[in-house]
Amino acid sequence: MTTTPHPEAPPTASGFFGEARTGDLVALALAAVIASLVLSDWPVAIGTWLGNDIFVRYWPRLAEGLGVTLQLVAISIVLGGLLSLPLALARFRNRGFASTLAYGYVYFFRGTPLLAQTFLVYYGAGEFSDTLRGIGLWGFFKEAYWCVLLTFSLNTAAYQAEILAGAIRAVPRGQWEAAHALGLSKPVAFVKIILPQAFVTALRPYGNEVILMIKGSAVASVVTVFDLMGATRLAANRTFDEQVYLWAAVVYLLLVETIRRVWDLIERGLTRHLRRRA
Amino acid sequence: MDRIESLIQLLAWGPNGWGDEIAAGTAITVALGIATLPFGLLLGFLIALAKHSGGRTARMFGNLYTTVFRGLPELLTLLIIYYGGQRLIQEVQALLVEDPEPIEVNAFVAGMVALGMVFSAYSSEVFLGAFKGITIGQIEASRALGLSRLLTLRLVVLPQLWRFALPGIANLWLILLKETSLVSVIALPDLLRSTFIAVGVTKEPFFFFLVACLIYLVLAMISSIGIGWIERWANRGERRAGA
Amino acid sequence: MRFVIGLAAAAVALATAAMPVAAKEWKTIRIGTEGAYPPFNFQDSNKELQGFDIDIAKALCDKMKAKCEFMAQDWDGIIPALKAKKYDAIVASMSITEERKKQVDFTDKYYQTPARFATKKVGGFTAVTPEALKGKTVGAQSSTIHANYLEDLYKSKGVTVKLYGTQDEANADLAAGRLDGVLADSVVLYEWLEKGDAGKCCQFVGPDIKDVKYFGEGAGIAVRKEDKDLKQQFNKALAEIIKDGTYEKLNKKYFPFSIY
Repeated sequence: MTTTPHPEAPPTASGFFGEARTGDLVALALAAVIASLVLSDWPVAIGTWLGNDIFVRYWPRLAEGLGVTLQLVAISIVLGGLLSLPLALARFRNRGFASTLAYGYVYFFRGTPLLAQTFLVYYGAGEFSDTLRGIGLWGFFKEAYWCVLLTFSLNTAAYQAEILAGAIRAVPRGQWEAAHALGLSKPVAFVKIILPQAFVTALRPYGNEVILMIKGSAVASVVTVFDLMGATRLAANRTFDEQVYLWAAVVYLLLVETIRRVWDLIERGLTRHLRRRA
Repeated sequence: MDRIESLIQLLAWGPNGWGDEIAAGTAITVALGIATLPFGLLLGFLIALAKHSGGRTARMFGNLYTTVFRGLPELLTLLIIYYGGQRLIQEVQALLVEDPEPIEVNAFVAGMVALGMVFSAYSSEVFLGAFKGITIGQIEASRALGLSRLLTLRLVVLPQLWRFALPGIANLWLILLKETSLVSVIALPDLLRSTFIAVGVTKEPFFFFLVACLIYLVLAMISSIGIGWIERWANRGERRAGA
Repeated sequence: MRFVIGLAAAAVALATAAMPVAAKEWKTIRIGTEGAYPPFNFQDSNKELQGFDIDIAKALCDKMKAKCEFMAQDWDGIIPALKAKKYDAIVASMSITEERKKQVDFTDKYYQTPARFATKKVGGFTAVTPEALKGKTVGAQSSTIHANYLEDLYKSKGVTVKLYGTQDEANADLAAGRLDGVLADSVVLYEWLEKGDAGKCCQFVGPDIKDVKYFGEGAGIAVRKEDKDLKQQFNKALAEIIKDGTYEKLNKKYFPFSIY
């Protein structure tokens, strides 16, 4: 009986290619399962077979909710990403209005609960409905879905700006100097040399942000949006059966695990050139 | 100007204003955060120990625990603990005693347990990272000095561990402070919930929710100052050695 | 020897019998209510529970010679919390429906009021059938008979149904223009539409809705299925306060019309 000092010896020793391929397949299979949950109703057939009436009745609502959750997260991550770019740039100015504004923005959205922000936008907009109607924006703020989308985008923009700013800072100074030596102007150097490297550094934190957003998106249910959480609460309230929460838990875990694995896949693909051959 | 004045008056103390209600809510928010912290830290430390030096089963359990509670939306965890936890306790009780005295899972306890479990899942990763900061050489040295495993943990590992873990834990505390707001959904009159009640009566959502957000910001600022102070204190030995 | 066995048997019998007998005495009754449903139950600015439900419960407890303790609970969790023994009875304007009867027992009704739609005075709708409301957005409080009614009969006809944690939030969204209408208890809507400024935007529309399948047989007090004795005591006390005029007095305190 000998105990090894590192029982969790790295599994990569078994051969990189074999490893990677199974991992890729699992990621793709999980993504396919998630897609099938939204697009088809095979779980209902299983529910029928098991004789679970509540599941048969409410699964379609949950599946619809899952679709809403995916939409909310995907759109707000992209919109937030676009907004984060100017925010991150403004953070690099040492002083001035833009820099202070960006700092305040990031501080506010990272320092307050997403739920409070959602209430602020949703009920705040309701209070100013007449003004908003006057300037033609009420059509947007009228819908809880759009209010939530706006709040989520603003929120994730603050987090993404911090990620991006950190990643830009992490690009070695030598890269700037080399670009300068090659005669590239600062903006060109930034877009063509610095930003792509920063994105690679930022990939992992971006992945975490997507997962945090999926979890955070559950607060949409509090302002009448039937996302996965909203549909779950509806079903639980109507059936008085707590098992509904457990189905939702399984779906959320599946979703987060899928994102994690798919993200690993993307990261490996994008950093292929950086990997050393043994 | 009149409008601003009348808004400020809504924050007055006493039966006509909402200042005292919101202050009481803030106290509940802070109390919930502080009550969750030791529970989450201890649990997180145990999970980290299981993942770091436990057997096969312990490691598997630790990893599963972390995956689950970092993957579930905090709101869902909270609802499962609040509604499901109550039922679980009852069924366990029914097995043990005849006619059991009801044990109530109130909103505060449910919030504390749910947030504590999420906190522990994240903090276990922080501790795990901190374990790695303690070099094997130190453990071997203390073995060579004849210290038992427990003494090594107490005298060599823990004093360094908490210093390594401090920045990560501080970050988690700031997240925890924000996440306490979720308990407003299960009717605990925390800061956000009190604000919500005030909005229901005064019909001034924008003003009140903005005030709530500012209070959360102030809590975060106070925390940051406190954290800075603790970090300086924790690293006092380092500084002296370096000087 | 026989004596010893007899004694032991008696002791066991006594020990097992003593428990349920003690449990059947209802000296204190913990009552759960929502506290966000004026005028039936709501919290005043001192966070005291007030309203018709509360007054009825107090009158019943008086008759039952029991002490009432009130606690507020979110509507969504009000039945789960009763089953979880956070309190012993729900006095919160809960309608007696088949769906709920599977979960809890109800006393006789203590009031019955119909449901009604409300809509904007300007730009609202006039007919309230599912067909007429196609393409409109209608709100209700979640986990209520009104929500179920909309979900089951209106949603499939192309009406967008929004559900809120409290009736107040639904009303606020109707006033803001996010909703075209709300469906709620007529007395609760009356309180909002006729008293105070917030409801000035809006008005009743359509007839009273009394579909027994959805709206049940009026509001009753909910107790756990195993507490048959408590249910009986409530029913007895209810009959007494109706007979001696206490009920009528309370009705008049809140409403100019009879709600029984």
